Amino acid sequence: MALLQIAEPDASPAPHEHKRAIGIDLGTTNSLVATVRNGFPVVLPDEDGHPLLPSIVRYTQSGVEVGHRAQSMQAADPQNTIVSVKRLMGRGLTDLTDARRFPYRFIDEPGMVRLGTRAGVKSPVEVSAEILRALRVRAEASLGGSLAGAVVTVPAYFDEAQRQATKDAARLAGLDVLRLLNEPTAAAIAYGLDNAAEGTYAVYDLGGGTFDISILRLSKGVFEVLATNGDSALGGDDFDHRVHCWAIEAASLPPLSPADTRLLMLKSREAKENLTIHASAPIVVTLSNATKVDLALTEEAFTAITANLVAKTIAPVKRAMRDARLTTTDIKGVVMVGGATRMPQVQKAVGDFFGQPPLTNLNPDQVVALGAAIQADVLAGNRTTTSAARDDWLLLDVIPLSLGLETMGGLTEKIVPRNATIPVTRAQEFTTFKEGQTAIAIHVVQGERDKVADCRSLARFELRGIPPMTAGAARVRVTFQVDADGLLSVAAREMTSGVESSIVVKPSYGLTDSEIARMLQESFAHAEDDLVARALAEAQVEAEQIAVATARALEADGELLSAEERAVIDAALAELDRARAGTDHRAIAAATAALNLATTDFAGRRMDRGVARALKGKRVDALT
Amino acid sequence: MIDFSHNHFQLFGLPERYQVDAPALDAAYRALQSEVHPDRFAGAGEAEQRLALQSSARVNEAYATLRDPVRRAQYLLSLHGIDAFSERDTSLAHEFLERQLERREAAGDALAALDASRLEALATEVRADAGRVEEQLLARLDRDAAWEAARGDVRELRFLSKLATDIDAMQAELE
Repeated sequence: MALLQIAEPDASPAPHEHKRAIGIDLGTTNSLVATVRNGFPVVLPDEDGHPLLPSIVRYTQSGVEVGHRAQSMQAADPQNTIVSVKRLMGRGLTDLTDARRFPYRFIDEPGMVRLGTRAGVKSPVEVSAEILRALRVRAEASLGGSLAGAVVTVPAYFDEAQRQATKDAARLAGLDVLRLLNEPTAAAIAYGLDNAAEGTYAVYDLGGGTFDISILRLSKGVFEVLATNGDSALGGDDFDHRVHCWAIEAASLPPLSPADTRLLMLKSREAKENLTIHASAPIVVTLSNATKVDLALTEEAFTAITANLVAKTIAPVKRAMRDARLTTTDIKGVVMVGGATRMPQVQKAVGDFFGQPPLTNLNPDQVVALGAAIQADVLAGNRTTTSAARDDWLLLDVIPLSLGLETMGGLTEKIVPRNATIPVTRAQEFTTFKEGQTAIAIHVVQGERDKVADCRSLARFELRGIPPMTAGAARVRVTFQVDADGLLSVAAREMTSGVESSIVVKPSYGLTDSEIARMLQESFAHAEDDLVARALAEAQVEAEQIAVATARALEADGELLSAEERAVIDAALAELDRARAGTDHRAIAAATAALNLATTDFAGRRMDRGVARALKGKRVDALT
Repeated sequence: MIDFSHNHFQLFGLPERYQVDAPALDAAYRALQSEVHPDRFAGAGEAEQRLALQSSARVNEAYATLRDPVRRAQYLLSLHGIDAFSERDTSLAHEFLERQLERREAAGDALAALDASRLEALATEVRADAGRVEEQLLARLDRDAAWEAARGDVRELRFLSKLATDIDAMQAELE
């Protein structure tokens, strides 16, 4: 509705109109949505005032429940109540070493595992989309209209497949994804801007199911990630599971039913949480066969049974420090993120490693969503309306895992190394090894190991039509490009003939485009949404964005244009205004594209000017 | 947009020398990225966003090249028409190779024997050697313009740098 209001013919968009942009922390245990209000990031609570939405989805006879209602039924209906779905994103059944821990009916599908529920077979992407949809609805209700876009956070150590799955889930939930943002980086933004921090910081992020460590340099408003590392299958869940196993052993329990497993897991989690403030926690539960369990877990015992989990987080910390070529004395502060960092033994281990007590003065559950909201505000174009202190900052992030190609003998040739700053473009030349070879197979992989079999396979494609040449004469240039979301595209070109082929990497085991299309159709039908209305809304948003951007650019740098050039752009703008007044999304899209084309040269000149200014500024700095 | 015909040094307004003013490079890098990064063009049109992506990637590439002693030397030579890693000439001095192969073997043995101090000693040696080669490069590239002679240094430096990385990985494995 609000989108249509913006498009009213007489209501020309004010240059500084505030866009509804949100940041979403899609967590293993809990999810949150935040926005920037009057220059400050705030978490948006649900109607009962809860900021956290449990990341739990239950498929009922009549529909879907998300959050607290689903949570209350998890022990009663374990196979239709999906918890910790984030651990399944972009993962095949063989990837899940801990599959037995979940009471679900797993279905082994090529690529990503599926779940059998009473509502049919569900992909982890669909389950995650339910959580995201609930947050979208919450945000729309709270902000009073449709959203311009969202920044969705992912663990820094998520690979291509997990990132792509998350982006697919957001699309499925009807969100326009402005950016996938790494969770520790989001936390650093919230912390850094709030504290005007300068220097090198470590962000230790132990969530419900994932662990990240990022080392960042904060300098004059630039947040530069130096190195990141982690474990995308290690989190608070694993601590619960240790307690669960301890309880089974201590009470000599036989194998449990799915419902009892879930019940005991819940009690184990409660005990873990109790131990952050008490020296001992009770685990009292009556199982379905009336067996009564009555145990007490002490802090010492808890620390002992989880010691190797804590140690498993310190190893990536060491690797990240090595990659950043830093020692602990270089670290000015350690920011703790994620609910699991509330555990005293975790804080102690981190403090011992860095030789300083970690910073625990911020809410570890909320800081990621707040940082995402700040980034969303910037990416939606609200920068000029927020407070001046937040105005001029920039984020330079990295890819967590090396990207490469399979070469002869099943070995990996790394093209883009881990911790390369994104966006990044790297090219490498390869050649044919057979006489008269006319095609070359390109296999894109991700990981640090030398053998392709030990890395994750991302995509395969072929470059065909190479003119027959002697072995080694062809020059195939393969170019990897990773965009600011950390998503990869690969192109190959035979240099002597100019034959080309390219692919946007959709991990081979992810969802296909047609699957996404089908799910979108279903979800629209389900939400009684309308594809045409959606296309119109999207075209309107895009048209408004470019119209506003152009108006601002003309205001700032209009003198870069000759009168004729200016007239062309003005005409394209006027045409776009006319199209926007109507309801034909195709006409709007066409006018948007035309304006885009008309402003390309102008854009180039503006960037030239900006660069000239930047270099001039530097020389002044260097002189003083 | 940045000028894509500029070389990496020109891009950051730095002299074409092996010796690089690191703080000046860092500052120029941040200033340039602040102008061209895709985040600065979030609300802009597709064409502008594509330009930003290309420019930002180029700035990252230039920065990564100039920050790294091996890649910087290789790049500087390439500006003088010399391919440091030409497949036609991959030779390294015999004694040099022998010494490094011995070290690699010693590092493997130290790892097998879980001897962290031996690994650290080897790492220190390799770093010291790399430092000496860098000194020599500095003289050959910035003072003598002895491009051909510098080729051998660059190859040695790359060899030492790879060895250092490998020993580093072994050290990480021991921890």
